[in-house]
Amino acid sequence: MSRTLLIAPLLLFLGVTYLVPLAGVLLQSVTVPEPGLQNYQEVLGDPLVWSVIWRTLRICLFVTVLATVLAYPLTMLWVRGRRPVQIVVELCIMIPFWLSVLSRTFGWLSMLSNRGLLNTWLKDLGIIDMSLTMVRNDFGVIVGMVHFLIPFAVFPLASAMRNMDERVLMAARGIGASRFRVFWQIFVPMTWGGIMGAALLVFVFSIGFYVVPTLLGGGRSVMIAELIYLRIFQIPDWGIAAALSALIMVAVGGFLVTIIRRTGVGSQ
Amino acid sequence: MKTRTGPFTALIGGLTAIFLLLPLLAVIPVSFTPKRYLSLPRGEWSTRHYEALISKPEWAESIFLSLKVGLLAASLSTLLALAFALGLWMMRPRGGSLLAGVALLPMVAPPVVSALTLYYFLRQATEWNSLVIYDGWVGVAVAHTVMVVPYAVVVIMVALSQVDRKIDLAARSMGATVWTRITQVILPNIRFGVASGFLLSFILSWDEIGVTLFITSVRAITLPRRMWMGLRDNIDPSVAAISVLLIALVTFVILGRVVWQMTRRA
Repeated sequence: MSRTLLIAPLLLFLGVTYLVPLAGVLLQSVTVPEPGLQNYQEVLGDPLVWSVIWRTLRICLFVTVLATVLAYPLTMLWVRGRRPVQIVVELCIMIPFWLSVLSRTFGWLSMLSNRGLLNTWLKDLGIIDMSLTMVRNDFGVIVGMVHFLIPFAVFPLASAMRNMDERVLMAARGIGASRFRVFWQIFVPMTWGGIMGAALLVFVFSIGFYVVPTLLGGGRSVMIAELIYLRIFQIPDWGIAAALSALIMVAVGGFLVTIIRRTGVGSQ
Repeated sequence: MKTRTGPFTALIGGLTAIFLLLPLLAVIPVSFTPKRYLSLPRGEWSTRHYEALISKPEWAESIFLSLKVGLLAASLSTLLALAFALGLWMMRPRGGSLLAGVALLPMVAPPVVSALTLYYFLRQATEWNSLVIYDGWVGVAVAHTVMVVPYAVVVIMVALSQVDRKIDLAARSMGATVWTRITQVILPNIRFGVASGFLLSFILSWDEIGVTLFITSVRAITLPRRMWMGLRDNIDPSVAAISVLLIALVTFVILGRVVWQMTRRA
């Protein structure tokens, strides 16, 4: 009795506000405008959709690798640096992390746009005459996304590095392994679970990303989430938007399951 | 004794740390530009964009709305998550991890799919009631609750996992009711977890933009939504001014926390 009273409210709430509507949305992919699979046929036969899917995958893979690789030495400094270094690095991670994504994106616009900091400085120094185009293209999107996602990559990496047995590293150094060798042959393999966890988290987050690509891509570098938005608010087409949503969910879900099975990230 | 990080790590890590702070610093000069578009102040610095934040009532309205939405969403999500996590922890029902998975779904699903789902829900709900509606503040709070409740569930379940089951067992064996066990035994032990769940829910709702874009149009304009409007078409440097204030706030809180930890350790 008390069991249902405690557990049921949240499940009921999510059932009404989320699960049933989600089923309703996905159902529309096969019922609107008429029953059948024509929405999927249309989506999968549309070269525009494919170009958006490929761009999304390309950008997300690139962002995942870049964010994880950059987060790694940063996390090492945070977890293993001297005390003052740790504090400074913690501030550099936490302040952007807790800041609104809009402020951060605005920061990149201030930095990279035609009248922004970088272009103004480069012109003042006489290095360039014409403004470099660094937003409203893939470059801006990638910079903004990597910036947003680095803190998310840091947390799984930090927990892997904190759980590591320090004595193994000292033993390796003690029997004469170089710093380089200790890093590549011991440190990296021992944090592999954290690396995969970080990459997984970043990739899954980046696939459904909407705000940063829309603002820094400026409508020219469209990703899949923005395409869904456009299919609802510019040319309302629930069938197509629902089909795209179903495809994203299947892609993310399938990806998660494969990675977790292959690497056992979830079991740690 | 620890093995130290090498110079190469320090170099790349240091550059990455600077990269993380770069856009935050870039906002500051832009917020003082005398122009009405995104630019750097040349010679003369102006506070007009800060004055606009005060003189235009819509900024204050949006801040007030975001606070209201955040408080309601955080209260709802903390209550629902607390009851749910307590139920799972105390009763250990069969299929508990499946139920937890269902509760975490909005956190795992791509945000744009959740946004579309909640837009669909609120459009349907608007035809049935006049409170939880599309473009209304309670509707926004309910949608935010869906998005943030998984985080509250995780935080509270982690807090519960630290509680020693024996104290609950002791209370139970002495005949304490479920209500007494919760209020007298378990809650005092997880109060920090519950408070963190509330705080996290509030902050996530305060910053929420992905879903908010789908479910509001002209009336329920939260602060992130107002900032979005200032960024989307013509870039309004007022967004720089509000960003500087938000950066100052976040920096203050995080620095405060670091200093507090250091004094406690000393």
